[in-house]
Amino acid sequence: MTGEQVLIFLAGIVGGALRVGAPFLFVSLGECLTEKSGRINLGLEGVLVLSAMSAFGASYLSGSPWVGVLAAALTGALLATLHGVLCSLPRVNDIATGIALMLLGTGLAFYLGKPLIQPQAPQLPAIALGEWSSSAAVRSALQVNALVPIGLAIAVALRWAFANTRTGLLVRLAGDSASAARALGYSVAGIRIAATAAGGMIAGLGGASLTLFYPGSWNEGISSGQGLIAVALVIFARWSPLRCVGAALLFGGAGAIGPALQSIGIGWGYHLFNIVPYVLTLLILVITCRPGSVVAGSPGELSSR
Amino acid sequence: MRNALKEALLPAGAIVAALLLFGVFVWFAGVHPAEVWLLLFKGAFGDWYSWQNTLQRAAPLMLTALCVAIPARAGLVIIGGEGALVLGGLASAGLAQGLSLPANSAGTALVCAAGAVAGGLWIAVAGWLRQYRGVNETISSLLLAYVAIGLFKHLVEGPLRDPASLNKPSTHALAEGLRIGGIGGSDVHWGLLAGMLACLAAGLWLRLTPSGFAVRVVGGNPRAAQLVGLPASRLILLACALGGAAAGLAGAIEVAAVHTSANASLIAGYGYAGILVSFIARHHPLAVIPVAILFGGFGAAGSLLQRRLGLPDASVLLLQGIAFVLILASEALRDTDWKALWARIGRFGPAGPAAAQSGMGDKIA
Repeated sequence: MTGEQVLIFLAGIVGGALRVGAPFLFVSLGECLTEKSGRINLGLEGVLVLSAMSAFGASYLSGSPWVGVLAAALTGALLATLHGVLCSLPRVNDIATGIALMLLGTGLAFYLGKPLIQPQAPQLPAIALGEWSSSAAVRSALQVNALVPIGLAIAVALRWAFANTRTGLLVRLAGDSASAARALGYSVAGIRIAATAAGGMIAGLGGASLTLFYPGSWNEGISSGQGLIAVALVIFARWSPLRCVGAALLFGGAGAIGPALQSIGIGWGYHLFNIVPYVLTLLILVITCRPGSVVAGSPGELSSR
Repeated sequence: MRNALKEALLPAGAIVAALLLFGVFVWFAGVHPAEVWLLLFKGAFGDWYSWQNTLQRAAPLMLTALCVAIPARAGLVIIGGEGALVLGGLASAGLAQGLSLPANSAGTALVCAAGAVAGGLWIAVAGWLRQYRGVNETISSLLLAYVAIGLFKHLVEGPLRDPASLNKPSTHALAEGLRIGGIGGSDVHWGLLAGMLACLAAGLWLRLTPSGFAVRVVGGNPRAAQLVGLPASRLILLACALGGAAAGLAGAIEVAAVHTSANASLIAGYGYAGILVSFIARHHPLAVIPVAILFGGFGAAGSLLQRRLGLPDASVLLLQGIAFVLILASEALRDTDWKALWARIGRFGPAGPAAAQSGMGDKIA
């Protein structure tokens, strides 16, 4: 490897961390908010795919990518609300409902998104971080999604809201002790549905960044389980929105190894490098979880920890 | 028997509701719902050709559903059956490629056993991670499925690839004698029988044997299991391994009976559809058989919907999604006392003494 290649490779990893990491960031923040209220939403995978489709469709039809972003957030909130409402019914388990919504979300997206596979939709603008370099490869590798700053702002806002606002405290109360929330006269189910819906809204932005920035097109293989990895990411981040940012970037970087190697002409083991994020997730779960004990920071009401 | 009928009523109602809702969806697409329902029936069970297609799809579904059902009876939600299926197919093709197996039924049995072992070990890892490391099995099994698919693609496109497979990377095709043929010259292969026998065996094991009973105790009430000193971890590992073995066997059978080699066609989503089948069957191995045939039928009818009515090929996925959501939602109605509810509604009308009484009984309960 020459110095030039090393630079391109490193830029590929850093740029890829921001590019591949963006959907992880939004989905993990959405999951973090949902889990803080005491529910798990495995259906965020379905939310991600459906909102990716609706973002692409809205952007294509309206000609503005920001309309697409809005549509993605609304779709995400809608599907997540369904999850929240279903889980509030008696004897309905949130894990099973999540799996069902995963299937429903992808089914709906593929069904409605069939005519969108061919066309090109207007894309989100990119923020150029690589202007300092003379190498075109480095510059193109460091094009960053315009939604990433929004994601960072949401992370900071969530962190602040959980610590300082009445709403944030209520969400945490519903997640840590449902009976305490009930004793104070709040509807636990209502709080959880609202938190799940808001989480779905944030996760929907992740869908928008998939189809409106990277990879930037709609097809049926658009998501490769980011919505599920997010559940593991939140455990890794110990339910802290700020740590979710770091976790998402780490996973983005791990997912970027394969494409970055390919960009400098190393094609061997492409599929092996693609499984690095999954293996990393498993390793992190093995390291952070302990049998029979609860991970520090875990909301007390979570059905499976 | 009456109880079993009652158990089946809610899922059946949910499937009917799902078909109705699906009809609304296709209506928006400009297709008459009745036409879709008729075509779904015709494509699934209309004639002998459809039946063959349906049963061919039902065979792997039964086995992947067992991969959810058996661990579920031990209290685990395993959703990574796709990984076990893919690795099972890979192991069977790899074994046939690496060793010169006798080209007869003994060889076929070895090929299937390789698939079952690979799948069993893979899902057992998820069980092990849960029992000994405290990792949630739902997430780990799904991550393992993605890892398995990555490994599969790497090996099929790399070290195990048959150089003659140009456009579609595949392993070497299984020798003629190792393949699984059709039953009585039809397209329905013997894998269907294997699937039904596996469901039957799993049902009898859970119901009649001490170890099967112990697994159900562990799943039903972990505290009670602990009090009577059942080896919970070992039983959970056993349940995971058996479930995984079923999914791995499905992969081996798909390779030996349908694809003749391991290639990307094996990743067809049977593992995920199996989750749905198992949930509808309420994780009951015997109920898996009819449900798998029903959903195999929907799968078979999917291509017909696409060809005749121009609906997207994802229509069946959508139908499955709607069905799954409604099945789970119907659980909320399970313990509804219909008589009391009926009486309560009746109270607003001409209230007889009987209605008032059962209404009170409802309140006390």
